[in-house]
Amino acid sequence: MKRLLILGSGTAGTIIVNKLHRRLPEDWEIHVVEPSREHLYQPGLLFLPFGRIDPRNLHRETEAFLPKGVTRWTGTVQRVVPDGDKVELEDGTVIEYDQLVIATGTTPRPDQTPGMTGPGWRETIHDFYTYEGALALWEALRNFEGGRLVVHVSEMPIKCPVAPLEFAFLADDHFRELGIRDDVDIVYVTPLSGAFTKPVASRRLGDMLSRRRIELETDFYVERIEDGALWSYDEREVPFDLLVTVPVNMGAKFVGESGLGDELDFVKVDQGTFLAEGYENIFAIGDAAALPTSKAGSVAHFAADVFVENFLEHIAGLPMTRRFDGHANCFVEAGGGKALLIDFNYDTEPLPGKYPLASIGPLSLLKETRANHLGKLAFEKIYWNVLLPGRPMPVASEMSMAGKIPADQIGDEL
Amino acid sequence: MSDVLVAGTQITLDDEGFLTDPSEWSPDVASELAANIGLELSDEHWAAINFARTDFEENGETPTLRRMAQAGGVSTKEMFRLFPKKPAKKMAYVAGLPKPVGCV
Repeated sequence: MKRLLILGSGTAGTIIVNKLHRRLPEDWEIHVVEPSREHLYQPGLLFLPFGRIDPRNLHRETEAFLPKGVTRWTGTVQRVVPDGDKVELEDGTVIEYDQLVIATGTTPRPDQTPGMTGPGWRETIHDFYTYEGALALWEALRNFEGGRLVVHVSEMPIKCPVAPLEFAFLADDHFRELGIRDDVDIVYVTPLSGAFTKPVASRRLGDMLSRRRIELETDFYVERIEDGALWSYDEREVPFDLLVTVPVNMGAKFVGESGLGDELDFVKVDQGTFLAEGYENIFAIGDAAALPTSKAGSVAHFAADVFVENFLEHIAGLPMTRRFDGHANCFVEAGGGKALLIDFNYDTEPLPGKYPLASIGPLSLLKETRANHLGKLAFEKIYWNVLLPGRPMPVASEMSMAGKIPADQIGDEL
Repeated sequence: MSDVLVAGTQITLDDEGFLTDPSEWSPDVASELAANIGLELSDEHWAAINFARTDFEENGETPTLRRMAQAGGVSTKEMFRLFPKKPAKKMAYVAGLPKPVGCV
């Protein structure tokens, strides 16, 4: 038997296990290494601090999403030995492979910023990309009666890059509902030069911040947290009463230690095929890969469609004929029961228009609508029942310009 | 896109003023671009610029601030001192490299 070994069964890992399980030739077996017995619905973490989702619904058993016949190893990877075609786990187990897929994602690393995990961590300094962090922040927001709320991004890239903006929009909405919005200053602090990375979306999202009286502090690279304030490398100070930060994101430690990673331990791969630089039998997919597109579940999903077809060709000794275009598609919760939708890839920035059907929609791109909000809520069911099991989604994996307004033709309506 | 004469050389700039072709760059071009944004290039600036250009040639990407610190030996604090306020962008601009990928 030949062995495909997949490291990680988060969103990307689980999708490809399910897609490949049905398609691999009979002389192939699949093994999966995953430390956690529970699969977390990460998009739900945004809503948890505002009490808008039941925390009991966020986890399901990892096992339930792995098809029969797949061998499951519970453990943490110590290192990959690329020249020996084997993986060592922390408990000493050695697993050999013919083909390896790294899908170990990205992890928030508050330890990377001096002072972040010091006094005040999970009291006045919070993150919401972990279950524990989002729960602690829920508690903190319930007790928050007013003052300066600072929403902060440490360094790019981060997982789900729109989530901190969504958090700021939802915070505005939350304090309005409580009738204390006038007692709260909300500040959004980012290392980028605007609200978002790409010009059209950055302008649009920047307008949304200012309409909500959310102050924007740009080009801010945090060096340390000290005495209740963020301090930048150029000695700017942003004081806070409550800080909601997105820590530096890094890939799994073993990636760097196995010589496969960049400065942040993301796997250096070919942007079109996800083959690791210098290897013919190591791939990385999802957030674990160093790609110039969003680290997001939608990207993992679109990437998986391309990867599966390519992988079948690859193991048959054929050239891989598809190339991933970097397609990403994200709902942006805006508060007030509305959301935006953005759709983009490596080359094309998020543009206004209709999705997924040109001029029909029903979803509107870069525009706050009720339909987009309902789409975002419906996604939870789609995630568990369609996406993770690797069933076909009714949207194309390649980005399309159909229904979009090109950047140079956008008028004042934006 | 626009064609301009910088330090006696015809070069092409994109809408944001970055060079579109790193091979049109020369040290004289760098000095003039630096002057445009109020910088006078010291040896420390040159060390950063030279590393960034070599790294770009090898990897095809403008180095991030983190890469400048880890692989290029220029700390982020130093980068902010040398290229105030927007170090990654200003360095790329002077070094004739594409604007750093914003990492979407």
